[in-house]
Amino acid sequence: MAGSGTAHLRDASAAILRAENLVVEFPLGSTGLKVHAVSDVSLDLLPGETLGLVGESGSGKSTTARALMQMPTPNSGSVFLEQKNLTELSGSDLRELRPQMQMIFQDPISSLNPRRKVTDIVAEPLKIWKRGTTVEQYELVDRVLESVGIDPEGARSRRPSEFSGGQCQRICIARSLMLEPKLLICDEPVSALDVSVQAQILNLLQDLKEQHGLTMLFIAHDLAVVKNVSDRVAVMYLGKLCEVGDPDALYSTPAHPYTKTLLDSIPHPDPDAPKGDFAGLSGEIPSPVAPPSGCRFRTRCPNAQELCEQVEPVMTAVGEDHYVACHFPLLGTPVTL
Amino acid sequence: MSDASPHAQNSPLLEVKNLSTSFRTEHGVVHAVDDVSFVLDRGKTLGVVGESGSGKTVLARSIMGLLPKRNVIREGHVLYEGEDVISYNEKQMSKVWGAEMAMVFQDPMTSLNPVMKIGKQITESLRHHLGVDKDEANATATALLRQVGIPEPERRLSEYPHQLSGGMRQRVTIAIALACGPKVLFADEPTTALDVTVQAQILDLLDDLQRDRHMAMILVSHDLGVVASRTDEIMVMYGGKVVEQASTSELFGNVRMPYTEALLRSIPRIEDPSHTRLEAIPGRPPNLLSPPTGCNFAPRCRYVQERCLVEEPPLESENGHAWRCWYPVGTDSKREALARNLAPGVPIGIPAPGSMSSVGDR
Repeated sequence: MAGSGTAHLRDASAAILRAENLVVEFPLGSTGLKVHAVSDVSLDLLPGETLGLVGESGSGKSTTARALMQMPTPNSGSVFLEQKNLTELSGSDLRELRPQMQMIFQDPISSLNPRRKVTDIVAEPLKIWKRGTTVEQYELVDRVLESVGIDPEGARSRRPSEFSGGQCQRICIARSLMLEPKLLICDEPVSALDVSVQAQILNLLQDLKEQHGLTMLFIAHDLAVVKNVSDRVAVMYLGKLCEVGDPDALYSTPAHPYTKTLLDSIPHPDPDAPKGDFAGLSGEIPSPVAPPSGCRFRTRCPNAQELCEQVEPVMTAVGEDHYVACHFPLLGTPVTL
Repeated sequence: MSDASPHAQNSPLLEVKNLSTSFRTEHGVVHAVDDVSFVLDRGKTLGVVGESGSGKTVLARSIMGLLPKRNVIREGHVLYEGEDVISYNEKQMSKVWGAEMAMVFQDPMTSLNPVMKIGKQITESLRHHLGVDKDEANATATALLRQVGIPEPERRLSEYPHQLSGGMRQRVTIAIALACGPKVLFADEPTTALDVTVQAQILDLLDDLQRDRHMAMILVSHDLGVVASRTDEIMVMYGGKVVEQASTSELFGNVRMPYTEALLRSIPRIEDPSHTRLEAIPGRPPNLLSPPTGCNFAPRCRYVQERCLVEEPPLESENGHAWRCWYPVGTDSKREALARNLAPGVPIGIPAPGSMSSVGDR
């Protein structure tokens, strides 16, 4: 899998964000070896769309998100935010565009400065960009806190340690919305939360997306969570995309053996759930320092053939808005649409 | 544990009776585990489910006597093969740890010693409990590593934990726990730190080992999906109390406790179409320093009535299914309660669905 190609990209002029052939590599000490964290990943987001990015730890999800944000700039490839190529911009030009892209992180408590008051944390983006008068700034803070379900009256002068994880994540979301971004990147935003609170945050993100017309990249390792929030899902393995598509199609008829394995691995909250013929995935994710040749999933793939070792598969359509990078997709012969 | 006890074979393997554990803190006493009782037979698996702070880990550690003595109040009985181990001192307990009861922790990196070779960490308990010599211990360790699915076990013995991946490290902690052939294995969130594909491998491994060794297991998890297919009985904990307890099929087939029902409904399901609205539980778990009067779950419950806010429901039991609710799910009284709450007018102190008031927040 784990293939390259751009067949799954859509009309470039319609996309709010379009990343082409992203490559991120990290040098491994002075050995001359490289960690191939992201290898030739392309993805795009239409306005108002949520793209879910799933994969195991070490698959390069967070590195991809950071490459999109130019933190740091990818080794090669281009990232277009509304047709402006971010990788070619100067530092100050890039900085001008930063308010349009915001991010929320996995651990909400460590993303907030423990010594500062909630109002100051949430007002910080406005102060940096000198938007409005102080009075206007604090009015907006109250309004946004209210919209994420935090009572501004009680929260204003308190500090992050006085809030639970779920409430801290609400505060992080409020801060990310202050500059009215076009794109919100959520990196595992609910992984650190309890299940009962997780649902609250997922519903909140859904509401805010509708209210603010947000476009979101939603990274998570939990496939059910990703399906719930996404308009389109991309599955990642060892620095490459395996499969991209509409969530309902991708989950009901996965075309990539890796996607199927992931889906089969999920424990169902139902003791009578059929276990199927799931044999499990043998071995572990190979080292990104020396990824396998050809298809990167071949070392663990039940259907691997000689071809998979020699030729890297490219993204091919297997249905309407359903693309897979596999020589032997589970649907049979790829259909051309 | 000892053959001297004449009832050892007739009594259940592990019986916990009215176990309560409290912590003295500078802000007051926290009742982390409140009056928990259960029976675990040989070869069976008990699932303990709850959110963070519900007391599931403290329960496991209380039973094993792994909590510090200072500022901890432990009451009740822990009968292991008929013998009450709650009064055991550390020296007596050290005969129980590893050989009779063993534990696998959530984070395999912090539960392994980073500066001790893996071989030494496995053979330590073998040599202590079974008094075997070095060569024999090494041979056993190699066999154990092979059993838990670690390739090239001989080489791994002389490696350090950081040289292994997370899944492999968890296999090593399982090997350590199993070294002396315990009869009860406590697995405290054994797969929470692992990827979903590795999680399936580890749970399958625990299943197989348990069957081979006819070992009882207490599987602690926040994930109802993990416990659903791998346990015989389930205990749902909330705010330090058992709120529902039944056989696994009964619990999932016939939920009585509103908290369990709410928990099941709030999980995104893979089979639901995308953008299905989740039924979130408003508020957050109770603060155990000042728990609400009446039912712990009342401030977040959609069925809440006046009575729930003042009077705490007892753990009621019917045909082996126990729950702690005045208006159990599936009864007429519950349907009436919900109808009253949904009726126009002012419901009793519950936030409107979806809104986040400060109820239960702090």
